Amino acid sequence: MRAPVTKRLARWLDRRLGAADFVRSALNKVFPDHWSFMIGELALYCFVVLVATGVYLTFFFHPSATEVVYNGSYAPLRGVRMTEAYESALNLSFDVRAGLVMRQIHHWAALLFLAAIVIHLGRVFFTGAFRRPREINWMIGVTLLILAIFNGFAGYSLLDDQLSGTGLRIAYSIALSIPLVGTWLASLLFGGEFPGPDILTRLYIIHVLIIPALIVALLTVHLAIVVRHKHTQFEGPGRAEDNVVGERLWPTYAAKAIGLFFLTASVLCLLGGVAQINPIWIYGPFDPAEVSSASQPDWYMGWLDGALRIMPGWEIRAFGYEIPNPFFPAVLLAGVTFGLLYVWPFLEARVTGDRAEHHLCDRPRQRPVRTALGVATLSFYVICFFGGASDVLSSTFGLSVNAVLWTFRFALFLVPPVAAAITYRLCRELSARDGLPIESRVRFREIPARLLGRAPSR
Amino acid sequence: MSSRERVAALAFAVSTIASVALAVVYWRGGQTQLEGVCLFLVTGGIGFGIVSWAKHATPHDEVTEERHSVASSEESFEEVAAEVEASATLDRRRLLVGLAGSAFAAMGAALLFPIRSLGPRPGKDLKHTPYAGGGMRVVTEDGETVHANDVPVDGVLTVWPEGHTHAADAPTLLIRTRGDQHFRPRAGREDWTVGGIVAYSKLCTHVGCPVGLYQAESGLLLCPCHQSTFDVLDGARPVFGPAARSLPQLPLAVNNEGELIARGDFSSPVGPGFWDRGR
Repeated sequence: MRAPVTKRLARWLDRRLGAADFVRSALNKVFPDHWSFMIGELALYCFVVLVATGVYLTFFFHPSATEVVYNGSYAPLRGVRMTEAYESALNLSFDVRAGLVMRQIHHWAALLFLAAIVIHLGRVFFTGAFRRPREINWMIGVTLLILAIFNGFAGYSLLDDQLSGTGLRIAYSIALSIPLVGTWLASLLFGGEFPGPDILTRLYIIHVLIIPALIVALLTVHLAIVVRHKHTQFEGPGRAEDNVVGERLWPTYAAKAIGLFFLTASVLCLLGGVAQINPIWIYGPFDPAEVSSASQPDWYMGWLDGALRIMPGWEIRAFGYEIPNPFFPAVLLAGVTFGLLYVWPFLEARVTGDRAEHHLCDRPRQRPVRTALGVATLSFYVICFFGGASDVLSSTFGLSVNAVLWTFRFALFLVPPVAAAITYRLCRELSARDGLPIESRVRFREIPARLLGRAPSR
Repeated sequence: MSSRERVAALAFAVSTIASVALAVVYWRGGQTQLEGVCLFLVTGGIGFGIVSWAKHATPHDEVTEERHSVASSEESFEEVAAEVEASATLDRRRLLVGLAGSAFAAMGAALLFPIRSLGPRPGKDLKHTPYAGGGMRVVTEDGETVHANDVPVDGVLTVWPEGHTHAADAPTLLIRTRGDQHFRPRAGREDWTVGGIVAYSKLCTHVGCPVGLYQAESGLLLCPCHQSTFDVLDGARPVFGPAARSLPQLPLAVNNEGELIARGDFSSPVGPGFWDRGR
């Protein structure tokens, strides 16, 4: 009897590639199971959906600033002058069958992609999974976050509706605000003074090729390093620094992963079908002289918009030169944010003196100082995020815009220390209640010793 | 079939039916919400089916795999390092290494030049608007010239220099303040208004959003983007929010036909700040 076709195909391949041993070790790879380890996976699956729907959108979208008169099937905009980019986005939404559902799935996938990345980053941070040997992968992850934010912004800025044009106008002004090189940077990026003739075509190639290619490359390395390191695991019976306990890749883990991909896709499809997102036909075409109130960016840009609002009207001027106001909240704050994220593993290792390999995850309560700092930082950005909705909050609650903004200005500096203090106490009490190892407390005592310049005891 | 397997089988069946339904919806002209729900069932059925199958019909015993330190052994690291060093004669060819290094650096620098083609030199463009010609009539969006009595009391009108409607750096707000409001012109700008009409750049000095909301009662202009607020009665001085500079003012006059004209460019560069704005 002949072997089944799959086996014959496998043998044909093996005679040419000799892959049997490799496949065996791959299939036997062990993955520890914990719900929080799935979040990074979710980001990956969102990315797959983004690529699939995005390719479909490219078949219909024209990133062109050429002016046309709309004559499509959306009656309220007929006869209105607009760019070809906006027109093709309208046509894609109203006249291409399955176009709108694809566009909305794409947008929802981007929102959830960023959400999954940020939560994944939080998981890795609060469990200490960035420590040696995983510092490189942490930095790759931070780079992926930055790329994802840029690509999200580039994506919704392409459509040239009123909201996206306003976003681009702000991006141009932020580039302009950089001391010394800002005017050049803005001119080179936009091809001239705002709005610039070339920004849409350039953003398009950045959005569909350059950044996605970088993301694919870095994602591949990110995952390869996870395989190389073997996944971290939480402490538990039989689990130690020198082993990894869990399920084999084949068949259980693989089946779950494939299932999770389809479930992720299904949630995105449902959202894309029934939850309207970015209804550009309501915003109208971009006109630099118009803007509507309650102009909010996508959620992952919210903290930046909030920081722009919360910043008082200060700027530095001397000898005819100036550092404009937006530089501080938009460039400096963003630079410090991502700079700190990049160096955190090294910073922490330096302060704690802990440079050993770690494969067991911390529980957040075991590291009161790290957890408290993490919560304080998060609260800072959450306040910035809500600051980005100051106008909506003031009109919803009938308060003056000024009162709301002043509240945010104070909260930005008052809430993080309070959050840190509460978190610290909570961690100490929870770990005392659980009888968790004293190690964490010893490490905490080491910090003042190091700061005093004495050699730490190891 | 166990009950778990029946659940999985049902999920796959639902998915298959939803696929057929999706095809029908598409064929009949498409409908966004139905397409979304069908796609949800198609992918959700497969996902749910696979997961419940995997959870209950495949072996999932916990196994333990050894984990070793990631680093290579000191011995093999030194061996490889020695091999690499033995085959390279770099440290004995200082000059050659230096020249090769500078060739690469020069290539890198030369390859930067094409970037210059991406945009024009920023130059003076940021400091001027089409008004710089002087004596231009201001026109509405439709290109109509404006007479002083076209702007109602407490009203706001967006205008551009004639021939440059929609120029991104030139939108201008005409505001007619009330007689009982105490308008205080800046020194040297006493004759920049016409019959109570004052003209400011519409671009916020924060990040360039159009300053669109006029609260006539208080004479305040509000930017809807980041809530910078400007006092129209006091040279459009910023009184709240992140903006740090007044809105530039346009010197208005009337020509012989009674149409509003701009005598020259704005009092300072419009829109957001930049490094050498004051030079």
